[in-house]
Amino acid sequence: MSEMKYEAPVVNQETEHFWNATKNGTFLLKKCNDCGKFHYYPRSLCPYCFSDKTVWVESKGAGTLYTYSVMRRAPIPYCLAYITLDEGPTMMSHIVDSNFDDIAIGKRVKLVMKPTAGEEKLPCFALA
Amino acid sequence: MSIKGKAYIAGVYEHPGRNLPDKSLAQIHAELCKGALEDAGLTKADVDGFFCAGDTPGLGAISIADYMGLDLKYTDTTETGGSSYVCHVGHAAAAIAAGKCSVALVTLAGKPRSEKMAVGTGMRLGAKDAPETGFENIYWPNTTNMYGMAAMRHMHEFGTTSEQLAWIKVAASHHAQWNEHALLRDVVTVEDVLNSPIISDPLHRLDCCVITDGGGAMVIVSPEIAKSLKRHSVKVLGHGEAPKHISGGRVDLTFTGARWSGPRAFEEAGVTPRDIKYASIYDSFTITVLETLEDLGFCEKGQGGKFVSDGNLISGVGKLPFNTDGGGLCNNHPANRGGITKVIEAVRQLRGEAHPKVQVKNCDIALAHGTGGSIGTRMGSATVILGSE
Repeated sequence: MSEMKYEAPVVNQETEHFWNATKNGTFLLKKCNDCGKFHYYPRSLCPYCFSDKTVWVESKGAGTLYTYSVMRRAPIPYCLAYITLDEGPTMMSHIVDSNFDDIAIGKRVKLVMKPTAGEEKLPCFALA
Repeated sequence: MSIKGKAYIAGVYEHPGRNLPDKSLAQIHAELCKGALEDAGLTKADVDGFFCAGDTPGLGAISIADYMGLDLKYTDTTETGGSSYVCHVGHAAAAIAAGKCSVALVTLAGKPRSEKMAVGTGMRLGAKDAPETGFENIYWPNTTNMYGMAAMRHMHEFGTTSEQLAWIKVAASHHAQWNEHALLRDVVTVEDVLNSPIISDPLHRLDCCVITDGGGAMVIVSPEIAKSLKRHSVKVLGHGEAPKHISGGRVDLTFTGARWSGPRAFEEAGVTPRDIKYASIYDSFTITVLETLEDLGFCEKGQGGKFVSDGNLISGVGKLPFNTDGGGLCNNHPANRGGITKVIEAVRQLRGEAHPKVQVKNCDIALAHGTGGSIGTRMGSATVILGSE
């Protein structure tokens, strides 16, 4: 399998902290201190209760494959996926470092931080 | 307050072209408006409301109103992707009911075929400032793999199969053979669909809609104006719409916004799914139709595969004739957003003017449903129910 080449992420004022943390391999989630819920992608205001008391928490980096689709008609086929993190939210990502034939919904996955064209790293997942 | 009976679709027009390299985008919009007004028996001078979406060139409705020389009292540039034009039926009816305008034009036009856009497999660049862009586009979601993820999950939860999805394309192709303007007119079999190459699991090439130029337009008028016209106008009975999104990470790709837009439309119209004689269902992909049929209540959630099998969507054969023009899967998906063609074929059916081979007998109540954006992330959904009166 050829390695994917990821672009540098689009970073803004609200997401700079998230992407800076990835430079050291850290994958952060946002949690609301008022309603207690995690959400994804990270926002400054909680999308559930609209509280501004949202804080960054490091993810345990483990989850379950919710769904996926291997894009066959691409120069390098890749596996787009949704991962349901153990913290609760489901996030879009890639299944990497795994044989496409072994991928199945419901399988456990673990975090793999992949390099991008920038200093930031990209949260991806491999079969556990 | 309800819009039921407060507005009528008096004129419709679908561009006969599917590849229009020699026309400008504004020109196509204008040709469509001319066609729809002529169908209604109205003139440009009668128009006082204009409804359009993101496919319209220039600033909202303003540039195209200038180009066509429209004098307007009311404009609406709602953008919910392919469902926009189904929303517009409800929005125009509401504006007419409130006395804001009395002759509303709705247009959709585009040229993705002649511009050779890789619509389904090309990267979606995403708006730079859209909040999701940084967390999604970097993973290269495109149209086909996002709908593919929905299909994979539906198969996992309900046992839906590729064979069942293929029946949706088969039904569309049976209808398209009678449409002289359809891009694809060959009747296909389940095997043909399954033997076409996989684009993104589990979707085959023939699970995907066509890429076409062209578009459509509609004229929606007040009851008084409808009464004054010779042409058969179709009554707007109900409308519902809803965005569906990823809810902060509570993702469920097994249903669409039709779960909410459908009941709103049925309630306003005072009818149930059993009353629908013909349905135009947005068909960007076969999976779009399957989930929408379930969400609108034509069958139980998870039973869509069984419902569409054995030709149940084929006019004259099955329980629920759908997309008798050949739909987006075979006929036309102009501007990569076919919403208006869904309403137009429903109007043809209610007027008794669909092709005789696909015309539904005694078609008195029809439904049109639009889906915009992506069922893999966030979408606009809109449902209208129309009566022949």
